[in-house]
Amino acid sequence: MSPSQAPLGVRISDLHRAFGSGSAREVVLDGVHLECRPGELVAIIGPSGCGKTTLLRAVGGLDDVPESGVVFYAEGGAPLERAKAALSVCFQEPRLLPWLTVLDNVGLPASLAGASRADARARARRQLARVGLADDAHKRPHQLSGGMRMRAALARALLDSPRVLLLDEPFGALDELTRAALDDELHRLCAAQPLTVLLVTHSISEAVYLADRVVVLTPTPARVVCEVPIHLPARTPEVRTTLAFAEHVARVHAALERGVAEARR
Amino acid sequence: MSGAWRSIWPPALTVALALMGWHLLVVVTDARPYLLPSPVDVFTALVAERDTLWAATWRTGVATLSGFMLSAVIGIVGGSVLASFAPLRRGVYPITNLLQMVPLVAIAPLLTIWFGYGTSAVIAAACIVSVFPVIANTVDGLRAVDPKLRELFALYHAGPWATWWRLLLPAATPQILTGLRVAAGLAVIGAVVGEFVSGYMGVRAPIGIVILTGIREARTDLVFAAVLLSAAVGFMLFGLVSGAGHLALRRWHPSALER
Repeated sequence: MSPSQAPLGVRISDLHRAFGSGSAREVVLDGVHLECRPGELVAIIGPSGCGKTTLLRAVGGLDDVPESGVVFYAEGGAPLERAKAALSVCFQEPRLLPWLTVLDNVGLPASLAGASRADARARARRQLARVGLADDAHKRPHQLSGGMRMRAALARALLDSPRVLLLDEPFGALDELTRAALDDELHRLCAAQPLTVLLVTHSISEAVYLADRVVVLTPTPARVVCEVPIHLPARTPEVRTTLAFAEHVARVHAALERGVAEARR
Repeated sequence: MSGAWRSIWPPALTVALALMGWHLLVVVTDARPYLLPSPVDVFTALVAERDTLWAATWRTGVATLSGFMLSAVIGIVGGSVLASFAPLRRGVYPITNLLQMVPLVAIAPLLTIWFGYGTSAVIAAACIVSVFPVIANTVDGLRAVDPKLRELFALYHAGPWATWWRLLLPAATPQILTGLRVAAGLAVIGAVVGEFVSGYMGVRAPIGIVILTGIREARTDLVFAAVLLSAAVGFMLFGLVSGAGHLALRRWHPSALER
């Protein structure tokens, strides 16, 4: 593995974010600390509207605000600019262009970066095969199911071998079974390549199933309640029905409740 | 096949009934031909004067198409510029909307001064009336593009040119096409009005001049035939734009997806 492909660490320290001004000013992030080590998958969980997405957008530099409090670093600890961090984002919605085929949608980041059409398509074809959409490459997004669209979005996010992947509730709009299937898929994809993943979700079982560590946030203004390390023997569908899994879910659940109680005080 | 037939026969029946009613009206009231020619007179004129009418239709058609294409280019480019630069839009867009209110007939004589008699002035007239719906629909269409998709392109570091060509323009295409369809109809009106004021008056004169000459010579049958052909020019252009639009959208846009 060349150093330029090695996964990066993300260090978030004392991150504040507020919207509006004057009396309408609303603090969304109130000093969030969290660290995601290179190659780790960290899930961020919290009540809806607590600022999870805002946190992820701050990490991704998606909002037009001068950034402080987010540092990317390589394995040895040397910090890196965001522009060089090979960051990739998968949003809550698939955000596919309806006029392009699935193949060209997945290859879009490459062709926008200047790759030739043939090259972009070859790379897209490889990613589509990884997510099981090889036979649907020529279709338009409207011909796919919701789960398939999300797979295509995931394939696009993984196209340029990112070093950090940000996932914002990627399967939030899907039904329970499709979601579980995609969780397996995501686990397989992330395990197959060295990748640091920050996953925002409101599903406790999804967080426990996928993450090395679950970071629990309070309701707005968001702070970190605690971190729950996950120790599961294997991430296979069977593990969802084990006692160990249930205990982890209970721990995260308790932490969420504690966060709500803390915020009330 | 039966579906196409089902959508064709009701309007065809309407036209047939209208023609019969028109003919009956002429027969019953015994109207003088210069007041109201019968459909048969009009058809006879269409055949008898086919050389004049064909040349006129061709000339008007070319001017209409040229004016329309000019307004499509100016409208899409101008609309894109206005949509992209907010200060310019705030300063210029309200004025373009006001300019739209200036009656073409009022400025047509000016076009004669600037372009002389002939096709250039007619093209200018066709362009002036048809450019505004293209500008307005382009501006609205480009501004309505999903901000989430814009964000995606920003994330991929797409420059303004790539964003316009690969995101904004395709996403706004359905609305731009709406503007172009309206423009197609207006371009014919602009061309014929332009011809009234500054049309070429020699042999092979355009439709507007044929109409003026017909009125002067009390050849109302010829006037009707010319009006019919000017409408045909409009239908043809409209059909062309609709067809091209369908081709562009049929694979992805809900308005054109084959069911």
